[in-house]
Amino acid sequence: MDLYEYQAKDAFARHGVPTQSGEVVHSPQAAKEAAASIGGLVVVKAQVKTGGRGKAGGVKLATDPQDAYDKAHDILGLDIKGHIVRQVLINPAADIAEEYYVSFLLDRANRTFLAMASKEGGMEIEQLAVERPDALAKVPVDALVGVDRAKAEEIVDAAGFDDSVREQVITVLQRLWDVFVKEDATLVEVNPLVKTPTGEVVALDGKVSLDDNAGFRHPDHEALVDFTETDPLELRAKEKDLNYVKLSGSVGIIGNGAGLVMSTLDVVAYAGEEFGGQRPANFLDIGGGASAEVMADGLEIILSDPEVKAVFVNVFGGITACDAVANGIVQALELLAAKGDAVTMPLVVRLDGNNADLGRQILRDAANPLVELVDTMDGAARRVAELAAQGA
Amino acid sequence: MAIFLTEDSKILVQGITGSEGTKHTARMLGSHANIVAGVTPGKGGQTVTSEGRDIPVFSSCQEAVDATGADVSVVFVPPRFTKGAVHEAIDAGIPLVVVITEGVPVHDTAEFYAYAESTGTTRIIGPNCPGLISPGKSNAGIIPGTITKAGRIGLVSKSGTLTYQMMYELRDLGFSSAVGIGGDPVIGTTHIDCLQAFQDDPETDAIVMIGEIGGDAEERAAAYIAEHITKPVVGYVAGFTAPEGKTMGHAGAIVSGSSGTAAAKQEALEAVGVRVGKTPSETARLMREIITGAQA
Repeated sequence: MDLYEYQAKDAFARHGVPTQSGEVVHSPQAAKEAAASIGGLVVVKAQVKTGGRGKAGGVKLATDPQDAYDKAHDILGLDIKGHIVRQVLINPAADIAEEYYVSFLLDRANRTFLAMASKEGGMEIEQLAVERPDALAKVPVDALVGVDRAKAEEIVDAAGFDDSVREQVITVLQRLWDVFVKEDATLVEVNPLVKTPTGEVVALDGKVSLDDNAGFRHPDHEALVDFTETDPLELRAKEKDLNYVKLSGSVGIIGNGAGLVMSTLDVVAYAGEEFGGQRPANFLDIGGGASAEVMADGLEIILSDPEVKAVFVNVFGGITACDAVANGIVQALELLAAKGDAVTMPLVVRLDGNNADLGRQILRDAANPLVELVDTMDGAARRVAELAAQGA
Repeated sequence: MAIFLTEDSKILVQGITGSEGTKHTARMLGSHANIVAGVTPGKGGQTVTSEGRDIPVFSSCQEAVDATGADVSVVFVPPRFTKGAVHEAIDAGIPLVVVITEGVPVHDTAEFYAYAESTGTTRIIGPNCPGLISPGKSNAGIIPGTITKAGRIGLVSKSGTLTYQMMYELRDLGFSSAVGIGGDPVIGTTHIDCLQAFQDDPETDAIVMIGEIGGDAEERAAAYIAEHITKPVVGYVAGFTAPEGKTMGHAGAIVSGSSGTAAAKQEALEAVGVRVGKTPSETARLMREIITGAQA
């Protein structure tokens, strides 16, 4: 989960990283009041989980409370790379003498952590990495040792920070490492970390990504989830513990196993090219034990997507037995019908692996005219794309 | 021979008394696994009877290793206990630790991987993986033993069900070993490790490599193949239709900005002469051509 800037700064403050206190508001009027209580020049900053806010007009200086009202009015509702601005952060404007960059991240390729630091902050770091790679220090961090004083010194020296800020940056790095480890983050980034004219080092921006797998250690992280940003179908799926991602096509997909479902989406998209560009409508992995209830929950989510014209159930019985899956499908259709949500669109089913013959026989015996069995994954994908095209 | 796991492997199951551990102990025993011990803290001295075999349970890996000489551990413990369990297996000097558990925090994985590297005596496979099977010889994990027979194809995959699918498509030809390395962002054994092991295995003639979106493991594997692998390799990559910034089931399966895309991975593999199938079935056909072509 990515955090908003204000949430990241809250986390910084909790772990002793010097940052600014500010106020998050959702309306121009509230922005005006916040600016008045902060006093002086303020910055109005769009809170969206994407980069490039400045260029998109999402960060503006305001001279007084009325100006903060006007700037917030301009920024709220902006579409920044597909993210609608629903809240702005009001921060005191900081005088900046120098801008730096520091981050800790997961280095997948080397299976460890990486520290990055530069004296040239403020610009997009990807751009800096390409244009002036020498200006960006990269220092591996041993997961067993972490960032102690010696490691922080190594990072600071690699980046060539001046003596005037050296001690402060060493402290900031150790505290940011606390954020990284104690919050189970996969990314902690400060861009810019600034030196003010009076020589203080402050985090003016913050980007933090948290590891969803570590939620059991952080019950407080649940409160950081922003449900207004989540697709309503994804939200319902999450409540049912289903692994669902909404896409924009016409073919609903249910499968078991993340890899097989990803592959199913691709195979449907290829097959759909022949039928006017039919595409998958979603990713839905029902996992190992596909019970009737899970199948019903999955079907229910998919059928409430108005864009779906046909559904593809693609199961390879590994641990799961296909007869159980077939029973799940039959019961799911009955359950939905009993609830008044009878399925009205075609379902193409491909079952292979453990007890596939039994599973197919169960579906044949149930003789639901909407359920069609196809032997192969490629053939089924073709058929469901064809049906979706007919239903469109 | 097969890779990493042979008929001589002596397997211990960590978490043997839990529901997953119990279920899969029986399944492994049913597919030639020689399970010699189980470990559940506090339950030492008990015996688990499965598939007509009595398996002694120990309270720690060290006791289990001392008593039985176990040299493979399969870990089924819940995420919050996984790091501790793996550290224990490493401390007991077990050479191969297969971590099936899904949902392990990546900080924990990075730590136990670093710990294994620091001792230099343990290979970790996973976490969040189906394990590995050497058909007809042994089985360490949750890969069904009934899909295929022993043969001369090697398989390495990030995905469990795609592993099963590929084994099924090529079931008449059979596999030397199939390794599910897992879909987490940090994993103990990579495509590259498996490619080299298959290259060195006299009982493997050709290799299927299955990847998916996220990270750059496939690109690195492609570079490695160009330098070190002379056996034929066929590839498959899942996730061409995955949107940017969305995690697709596996914690590591995410396209971030323009990095980690399926297209980039396919391109990297094809650039070094690896034929990449558009679908799992086409990938299987490509492998079949190689094997039957070699026999003709």
